[in-house]
Amino acid sequence: MPASPPKYKPNPKAPRQPLPLLDPERRRRTADEVALGYTAEQAQMEAQRCLQCQKPVCVEACPLHIDIKRFILRIAEGDFQGAHDVISEQSPFPGVCGRVCQHELFCESACVVGKKWDPVAIGSLERFAADHARLRMKELAGSYPKPTGRKVALVGSGPASLIAAYDLVRLNYRVTVFEALHKLGGVMAYGIPNFRLPREILEEEIARLQNMGVEFVPDFIVGKTATLEDLFEEGYEAIFIGTGAGLPYLMGIPGENLIGVYTANEFLTRVNLMEAFKFPESPTPVRVGRHTVVVGGGNSAMDAARWAVRLGSEVTILYRRGRAELKARLEEIEHAEEEGVRFEFLAAPVALYGDDNGCVREMECIRMELGEPDESGRRAPVPVPGSEFRIPADTVVAAIGQAPNPTLQKSTPQLVTKRGKIVINDWGETSIPNVFAGGDVVRGGSTVILAMKDGRTAARAIHEALSGARESREEVQA
Amino acid sequence: MSALILDKRQLAPEITLLEVEAPRIQKRWRAGQFIIIRPLPHSERIPLTIVDSSAERGSITMVIQAVGKTTREAVALEPGESICDLVGPLGEPAEICTGERVLCMAGGVGVAELLPVARAYKEAGNTVVALCGARSDAYRILDRELRECADELHWATDDGSYGFHGNVVQLLLSLAGPGSFAEGHVIGPIPMMKAAAEATRGWGLKLHASLNPIMIDGTGMCGGCRVTVGGQVRFACVDGPCFDAHEVDFDEMTRRNRAYRDMELEALKHDCRLGLH
Ligand SMILES: Cc1cc2nc3c(=O)[nH]c(=O)nc-3n(C[C@H](O)[C@H](O)[C@H](O)COP(=O)(O)OP(=O)(O)OC[C@H]3O[C@@H](n4cnc5c(N)ncnc54)[C@H](O)[C@@H]3O)c2cc1C
Ligand SMILES: Cc1cc2nc3c(=O)[nH]c(=O)nc-3n(C[C@H](O)[C@H](O)[C@H](O)COP(=O)(O)OP(=O)(O)OC[C@H]3O[C@@H](n4cnc5c(N)ncnc54)[C@H](O)[C@@H]3O)c2cc1C
Ligand code: SF4
Ligand code: SF4
Ligand code: FES
Repeated sequence: MPASPPKYKPNPKAPRQPLPLLDPERRRRTADEVALGYTAEQAQMEAQRCLQCQKPVCVEACPLHIDIKRFILRIAEGDFQGAHDVISEQSPFPGVCGRVCQHELFCESACVVGKKWDPVAIGSLERFAADHARLRMKELAGSYPKPTGRKVALVGSGPASLIAAYDLVRLNYRVTVFEALHKLGGVMAYGIPNFRLPREILEEEIARLQNMGVEFVPDFIVGKTATLEDLFEEGYEAIFIGTGAGLPYLMGIPGENLIGVYTANEFLTRVNLMEAFKFPESPTPVRVGRHTVVVGGGNSAMDAARWAVRLGSEVTILYRRGRAELKARLEEIEHAEEEGVRFEFLAAPVALYGDDNGCVREMECIRMELGEPDESGRRAPVPVPGSEFRIPADTVVAAIGQAPNPTLQKSTPQLVTKRGKIVINDWGETSIPNVFAGGDVVRGGSTVILAMKDGRTAARAIHEALSGARESREEVQA
Repeated sequence: MSALILDKRQLAPEITLLEVEAPRIQKRWRAGQFIIIRPLPHSERIPLTIVDSSAERGSITMVIQAVGKTTREAVALEPGESICDLVGPLGEPAEICTGERVLCMAGGVGVAELLPVARAYKEAGNTVVALCGARSDAYRILDRELRECADELHWATDDGSYGFHGNVVQLLLSLAGPGSFAEGHVIGPIPMMKAAAEATRGWGLKLHASLNPIMIDGTGMCGGCRVTVGGQVRFACVDGPCFDAHEVDFDEMTRRNRAYRDMELEALKHDCRLGLH
């Protein structure tokens, strides 16, 4: 079918529409979402910056291959519902991805408009389409046929499993998602703050899967509540492991076990999952003092720092490299700066000192300088001798990364792993037949969208394995 | 998953037994393991030891001392109602030796947590000497069940109203010394476990302590439950909860468990103001 020409005249030179934001002073006092989303007029103006390229490189660059060109056309034409339908062909999570996907590394980095001007704001447009369709989502509830096919188990309810569930249930598989915690969504539920991803958005997009017939079982730890073998015995014919990278690294410095010293996971779990920001209306407390020091430079560090601001603290982020090396989403770094987070670059913690009650009071730090590039190609920070200095700290958050959670692996010693990460082949299969894996448990700390890419790859492989398509493909190859 | 309450019994003032439907956990748990519950949809997550189970009823039993907000919410539930969330079995099973004379020591609600360990020791062919402590006669729990599996059972009460007058560590010192036991297990309030470890240092006894630090997820994800054992940081929920009592830094654990004391009181007061208690 020949592509119909756009019904509007593209205007890439128009300035990229800025995403309206909550005023920084207001942000410091609430858990409300920071980014407010486009108005309909803004969305249409932004959509009309898209050139509707013959070869839409943006679509290739999106790991889910969302038909960006076509959904943007719909928005440009004012057919917002239609835009949502186009996205749904590939993804049921536009509300989530439009908010947290690192689009500057994917679709937007490829967008040709970006060669000369600012790229089309694809992420914000995706979010707009999602928010517009939210009201209609409820109408869609219950209008799906019940799946009747073979049984597939997905372990963990993070983005990797969720997209696999979407793909498999559409192929008529009976899909069960097992989650260790009491809430669904993985890091999106316990790690990413409400002010970046309101929980209703996440819950509604997951509810859509439920309506499609995906069964969710919370409070179920595979490896503890039941083993992989148990699941096979119960009739599951393939299993996907999307258990993420939940094991926090510690700093390994004296004083780390003082009261008030948290891993980012603990701090964020208390505040997001257990809603400590509402304490005492919610029963789980968190200790946030006058001076919070967050160690690290990734998304977790920004999230912990920005929560601490909202909980009334003065906040410093201590990072051993420079600003250019920060690994968080650009937007989050800017928002943290706007909200008054102070950055101490090229410095690392050496020790923590506490008071008589065992509460942390001070951090000793050391200056770093960037030396020779390491194996990752980045210049490795090296301490400057004699440059120690102290800063006040009555809350400390270590946001220095995570390793895969080992529970399932421990109960399944035959599962091949490398430095804790599950090893898979090209189509996502582990060393155990019909057991697949993807997302952070394979990659180590990564991103929502790459976890989804893995979940999609595994879903296709599961379908091929269970429908016999793989054998016939292998025969052809042989 | 939510879990239906099948039975509830008051064992002593403030100590309640709950039997709940949990067929998967019943099939897989071992002595020393625990669960995490959230009694109500907005409750905190709290860890509780698995005390017993019944294959016929597909159930597990826990014994709860109502000390704060969440434990009170749990014991206020009635048979026929459900615990909102219950997950497990968590942690590693207790290490059980064979053919030894073993010491089993507990205080307070720890006596209930000791029961499955004492049974496991007995089933593995050990001679089990159980020493249990309670505030007074009225606070003694599970005496009959312990007698069934222990070769010897001695009680200590703080006020002398039953058995030995004094605490359980004093009782131990009155009955035993270096060489009396090869292995043992201690479970109870931190000061008691610490005293037991100090008292038996140099006895040639391998003493396991079942630790109870503050936990959140119980899956090794947050590190909030970290304890120092032999100079190493360990996560009690996945590496434990049982560790070598002689290597545990009990002072650090005492401090860490107090981290939220003021705030817990505030949470209770908040409920009182709302008229929930
Ligand atoms: C604080 C923070 C902020 C982030 N911000 C962003 C961002 O803005 N944008 C972005 O793209 N990426 C971000 N990331 C990274 C991103 O969240 C992860 O890469 C992504 O969530 C990984 O997805 P996953 O499906 O592999 O696993 P996860 O999201 O980690 O989910 C795994 C789930 O499996 C469960 N589980 C573990 N073991 C078991 C078991 N044995 N049985 C049952 N369930 C189990 C866990 O409880 C968890 O819910 C952030 C990460 C963190 C920590
Ligand atoms: C592995 C493990 C197994 C446990 N098994 C049992 C059990 O079988 N039966 C039982 O009654 N309790 C058990 N506990 C202790 C129980 O989890 C706590 O009593 C409970 O978390 C208190 O919650 P709360 O909201 O009612 O009280 P809070 O208001 O949170 O605390 C009330 C008081 O209890 C103290 N406290 C808080 N958390 C703990 C803790 N984890 N351990 C000891 N004291 C604490 C606080 O210092 C505070 O003063 C266990 C703990 C662990 C870690
Ligand atoms: S999912 Fe991410 S990469 Fe794909 S279109 Fe959306 S923002 Fe871009
Ligand atoms: S590359 Fe950019 S301009 Fe081209 S279709 Fe995609 S979004 Fe539009
Ligand atoms: S309770 Fe979170 S790691 Fe143990």
